[in-house]
Amino acid sequence: MEYQKKELPAKVQKTGLLLAGIGLLLILVSYFIDPRREAFNNIIGLTFFASIAIGALVLVALEYISGAVWSVPFRRVSEFISSSLPLVLVFAVPLFLMMGMLFHWTHTDVVSADKILSGKTSYLNIPFFIGRTIGIVLVLYIFYAVFTRNSRKQDKTKDQGLTKTNVKLSALFMPVAGIGLTFLAVDWIMSLEPHWYSTIFGVYYISATLLAGLAATTYAAVSLNENGYLMPGINKDHYYSLGALMFGMTNFWAYIAFSQFLLIWYANIPEESVWFVMRWEGGWKYISVILIFVRFIIPYAGLLSQPSKSDPKRLKNVSIFILAAHFFDLYWLIMPTFSKTIVFSFYELGFPLFVVGIIILVFYYQAKKHNLAPVGDPKLQRSLDFHL
Amino acid sequence: MDAKKIYSIGGLFDTPDSITHAAEAAVKEGYTKFDVNTPYPVHGMERAMKLKPSLIGYATLFIGLSGAAFAFLFMYWVSVMDYPLIIGGKPFFSWPAFVPITFEVTVLSAAVGTVAVLIALFFKFPNNAHPLHDTNYMKNVSSDKFGLNVAVIDPLFDENKIREFLSREGAHDIEVFYEPEKKPVNVFDKRFLGLLVVVAIVTAGVTYFTLNKLIYMQPFTWMGVQDRLSAQSQNVMFDDGFGMRTPVEGTVARGFTPYEFKGQPDSVVKNMSNPLPFTKEVIEKGKSRFDTYCSPCHGYYGKGDSRLNGQFPNPPTLHSDKVRNWSDGNIYHVITNGQNVMPSYAKQISRDDRWAIIHYIRVLQRSLNAKDTDLETKK
Repeated sequence: MEYQKKELPAKVQKTGLLLAGIGLLLILVSYFIDPRREAFNNIIGLTFFASIAIGALVLVALEYISGAVWSVPFRRVSEFISSSLPLVLVFAVPLFLMMGMLFHWTHTDVVSADKILSGKTSYLNIPFFIGRTIGIVLVLYIFYAVFTRNSRKQDKTKDQGLTKTNVKLSALFMPVAGIGLTFLAVDWIMSLEPHWYSTIFGVYYISATLLAGLAATTYAAVSLNENGYLMPGINKDHYYSLGALMFGMTNFWAYIAFSQFLLIWYANIPEESVWFVMRWEGGWKYISVILIFVRFIIPYAGLLSQPSKSDPKRLKNVSIFILAAHFFDLYWLIMPTFSKTIVFSFYELGFPLFVVGIIILVFYYQAKKHNLAPVGDPKLQRSLDFHL
Repeated sequence: MDAKKIYSIGGLFDTPDSITHAAEAAVKEGYTKFDVNTPYPVHGMERAMKLKPSLIGYATLFIGLSGAAFAFLFMYWVSVMDYPLIIGGKPFFSWPAFVPITFEVTVLSAAVGTVAVLIALFFKFPNNAHPLHDTNYMKNVSSDKFGLNVAVIDPLFDENKIREFLSREGAHDIEVFYEPEKKPVNVFDKRFLGLLVVVAIVTAGVTYFTLNKLIYMQPFTWMGVQDRLSAQSQNVMFDDGFGMRTPVEGTVARGFTPYEFKGQPDSVVKNMSNPLPFTKEVIEKGKSRFDTYCSPCHGYYGKGDSRLNGQFPNPPTLHSDKVRNWSDGNIYHVITNGQNVMPSYAKQISRDDRWAIIHYIRVLQRSLNAKDTDLETKK
């Protein structure tokens, strides 16, 4: 069973260019009409993009650290998706320029009049904020670069020691990624409401991130395998593992989201429950209720039965659905700060199209340069023989 | 009994590979009703045996959903219908609080129910044993060997052919398993009926004793039971039945001075003046006594606006001109003798405390109606 490197069809590139083009056009038009609203959408785009890229990178490290066998043929897919990580900073640059529009803790007169906010200035200040975002993305990118450099070197040298190096590295990577994602979530989403705090918020974003990276990887891996771009030998049991992981992560998200809600609802302390009140008034109630369905109940029901977890068509549909639900979740997290009443129109569509287009394009160019299968990985043959 | 009924024929294998190949060969031979027993789950066995996906998931789903519905409805019944309690100011039907318990019961019932269904199916309820139990075969496959056995219900069952097939595949210890013998049971057997009667009598007796006697027995009372009357309890020694007795007429308690003007009209008060000095300590003592005994009716500031206002004839304010112009002796007389609805406080408040309270009442009165001289003394 030899791996044959094939280039992805030009259709992929065209799709990516089309989506990114339409998205970019919409973004530019929206920025021209209503810059403040589009800036909020920019945060959604940033966090959406970051969670797909970082989530995929976490999957790569997860495979190394857990010694997983079944996922080896899909590792390159995750690696390619996470290679778009530095582009997160491109999304952040316009926001750095418009921070006064988004975060009211950036206004010194407001902060000095506010005892709570002045207590938070050592963390919530513009230089530290920008430094954190850039620092986290760069540190994670360094991990990405080393992981993939070792992985690609292994394609040629077949050196087993490189896997060991990556295992050690991923043990270091995991806490860094956890802390980094927590900072990103606290900075970009939670600090929109600087008086409000929830200690589980970082975990909430981490669970969403894993789900997003996993859904993107699953969709790409299943479609590539169906068209014969991956190693021959991938069977239903590999699909089942992807589906089961997605199912588990869906439950994990629900568990974390409900934990956050239950404690705040039960204690009903005004400074905590105000955040949920904002998402219950002015029509946001409908979004909150729909979120329970799109983020948990529908994917849960869609992946519950055993055959559905290994059905490629079902897996692809659910992956797309989970990515859409992730966008919806971020919309629910971020937009109530922008508007007391529910808003949704073409402004909101620019960024998701752009992000998906960019990821497809990055994937296309990565697949042009590198093997889509880690041919030198010592676990590869075992992985292809994998059976449940 | 006639010849024993055969259940299946099986043999043992030594390695997971050989059992997997044997399972594949059994499928190739056309056997459909055969089973494989291994000490641990062997990967790929389902495929080797060409098993269809198990239907047990539906049982799990059904039991899990039943458990969820039961837990949720039970909590609804308890906290909304049977015993509604306000908890944390939440509505009676607070579904988020029900979610964790519903989840736990769902998981528990699904897991336990699945095991119960599996046991019922494998043992063919109401049987409580399997033909393979207590065989050498089962002993081995539950430690370090792998077994394959073909059941008699297989359409291709032929004892000799299967023996041949198993030994060709490398099995050893080939064995024939028989259905467990079933002895007919006579329900009207005298000994059985006697046992039922004894069990019924013993159960009823133990239940009666436990519920009516045992739970009221106190092995250690820890001074909980004493030969004295508790407050408000009935006294059988006296005709009036009161547990709390008033002192014998004319009794004088130690340190107690009787009130010489008891029951006499207000005119006697000109004979009394406050014997206590007007000091900070006395006023503080007066305040503590006033807050304890007087404030329930007159209010903490003597305005007659206490929490009991409206439930009895309202107590008068102590800031009226009448009370302000009273002499100390007049107030003392009212506290000691009582007036209208107000009972005598002579038994609760000692003589000195009454005078201290009067000093404190004067302070309260002065605080609302200060004199010009108060300003001057401040200089």
